Amino acid sequence: MSAQPAESANGPSLQIRKLNFFYGDFQGLKDVTMNVARNMVTAFIGPSGCGKSTLLRTFNRMYDLYPGQRAEGEILFNGKNLLDKKQDVNLVRAKIGMVFQKPTPFPMTIYENIAFGVRLYERMSRSEMDDRVEWSLRKAALWDEVKDKLQQNGLSLSGGQQQRLCIARAVAVKPEIVLLDEPTSALDPISTAKIEELINELKSEYTIAIVTHNMQQAARISDFTAFMYLGELIEFGKTDELFVKPRKKQTEDYITGRFG
Amino acid sequence: MPNGTESIVNEATGTIEVDLQARQVRKFRAQDSAFHYVTMLFALVVLAALVGILISLSVEAMPSLKEFGPAFLWTNVWSVPDDQYGALIAIYGTLTTSFIALLIAVPVSFGIALFLTETCPVPLRRPLGTAIELLAGVPSIIYGIWGLFIFAPLFADHVQPHLQALLGGVPVIGGWFSGPPIGIGILTAGIVLSLMVIPFIASVMRDVFETVPPILKESAYGVGCTTWEVVRNIVLPYTRVGVIGGIMLGLGRALGETMAVTFVIGNANRIGASLFSPGNSIASTLANEFAEADPGLHVSSLFALGLVLFVITFIVLAISRWLIRRGMGAEGL
Repeated sequence: MSAQPAESANGPSLQIRKLNFFYGDFQGLKDVTMNVARNMVTAFIGPSGCGKSTLLRTFNRMYDLYPGQRAEGEILFNGKNLLDKKQDVNLVRAKIGMVFQKPTPFPMTIYENIAFGVRLYERMSRSEMDDRVEWSLRKAALWDEVKDKLQQNGLSLSGGQQQRLCIARAVAVKPEIVLLDEPTSALDPISTAKIEELINELKSEYTIAIVTHNMQQAARISDFTAFMYLGELIEFGKTDELFVKPRKKQTEDYITGRFG
Repeated sequence: MPNGTESIVNEATGTIEVDLQARQVRKFRAQDSAFHYVTMLFALVVLAALVGILISLSVEAMPSLKEFGPAFLWTNVWSVPDDQYGALIAIYGTLTTSFIALLIAVPVSFGIALFLTETCPVPLRRPLGTAIELLAGVPSIIYGIWGLFIFAPLFADHVQPHLQALLGGVPVIGGWFSGPPIGIGILTAGIVLSLMVIPFIASVMRDVFETVPPILKESAYGVGCTTWEVVRNIVLPYTRVGVIGGIMLGLGRALGETMAVTFVIGNANRIGASLFSPGNSIASTLANEFAEADPGLHVSSLFALGLVLFVITFIVLAISRWLIRRGMGAEGL
C-alpha cells in the first residue's frame, strides 16, 4: 500500500510514482509512491533488506552500474523523469549527491578530493577553487581541522573526518539533493553527533534523504520519516507523528522494537 | 600445562588423562617447532639458490671479465674467430626489444583490463578473461614458430614497406625504419614479445582493478564522473602499485624471453641503426652459442652475458620498487 505524501510548505523535490525495482527476478521495491520535500530531512527506516537503500540508490540511478538491476515507474525531479533512459546519468549524479555507509575519500589530497568533483562540471580559477574548497569544508564543519593540511592524503584523516570530507565533497558540487546512505553506521558516537548536527545545518540549503538503521537518529534529525518493510512503503508521515502515533501496526511493532 | 600438578591428586583415571594431555601438548609443541624449521628451510633454499646462481655466474664469467674489464659492457664486438667479446650488441638487442614490447603491450593490456572490469557485458567476462589467461600458457616456442613462419613474411610484405613509406622520411626516427624489409629483426622481435607479455600484464591489471572497492567507484560516479574519469582519477591511482608491478612482471619476462626472440630477431652480431635490421639479444646469444662454444674465453663471455642479464633484471626490480615507494610518498601515506 502506498502512503499519502506528506505535505510541506516548500513543495516536493522528488516525486516518486509507482516505483518498482528489480534485482534480476527479485522485486526489491513494490509500488512505492511518495514525495521527498524540498529543504527538509526525510529519513528512511526499516529492517535490513526492506529496500530503503535500494530506494535511495534509484534517486541517482546508481543501480545503472550493475547489469540486471532495473527500475520501473517515475521519479520526477524538476519536472523530468529521472528513470528516463534519455536522462544523462552523470548530470543527475552531479545534481543529486551521495554519501555512503563507509567513508570513501578518493586516493588523492584533501584539497583534490573536493576540487575533483567541482572541476568535472565547472571551470574556475585557482583562487575561486580555493574559495570553493574552503566553503565546502566549512559547510562540513571540517575546515578548522584540516586547513593546515590540505595537501595531505584524504586517507590520513580519522574515520569521522573522512566522512565529513565526503559530505564536503558532495556539497562542493552544489547539488540540490544530498543522499545519505547510513552515513554514521561506521562512526563513533562523537563523530555521529557532529554529522547529525551538520545534517541539521545543511537542510536550509539542500534537500536531504537519509537511510538509517538507528531509529533514534531518524527521530532526532528528520522532518519526515518513511517506514519500509519487504520492499513496500508501509507508512510515511511527519516524524513527530510517526514515532508518537503510528497509524500502522507494523510501524508500531518496529519502532517499539518488537521486530526488525 | 597449568593444572598438571593439581590434577595428580585426582583419582587414578583422571591422572592418566592429565598425563596423556601433557604428552599430547609436548608432542604438538615438537611438531610446531619442526614445522617452523622445515618451512624456514624451504624459504632459505630459495635464498641459497639465488646466491648460488650469482656466485657460479660470477666465477665462470671471471676469465672474460678479467680479459676485457668493464669495457665488456660497452664493446660493440662479438667475434668468435677473433676471440673478442663485448656485450653491447646483446644488451642493445635485449633492451630495445623489451622496450618496443612494453610500448605496445602496456596500452593494449590497459585497454583489455579496463574493458574486462568496467565495460564488458557480464556473459562475456569469463570467456574473455579465460582466453587471455590461456594465451599466457602458450609455450614460447609456439610464438617463435608463428613469428618466424607466419608473422615475419606478412610483416615484410604488408607492414614494413608502408611503415617505411610513412615514417622513413621523418627526421630522427626515419632511420629506424630504413633498410631492406626482410621481416625478421629487432622490431619483429619486439612485436612478438609484446604479444607474449600482454596476457601477463593484462591479467595482473585486471586483478588489481578488481580490488578497487565498489563503494569507492560508486562515490566517484556519485559526483557525476564518467567511466573514463573514474578510471583515470580513482582506479588508476588506487591501483598504481599493482599496475607498475604488472608492467614490471611483463618487462622481466620480455628481458629474459629466449626461444621466441631467437627465432625472429635475426641473430646477427651487430647493431643496426634501423629497427628492421637483425640483431641479437642476451638470451638469444646464449641459446645460439652455448652448445657450440669452446671452453675458454667464449664460454666465459657467455657466462658474463648471463651475469649482465641477471644484473639488468635486478636493476629493473629495484627501480620499480623505488618508483612505487616514491609514488606512495607523494600521496602522503
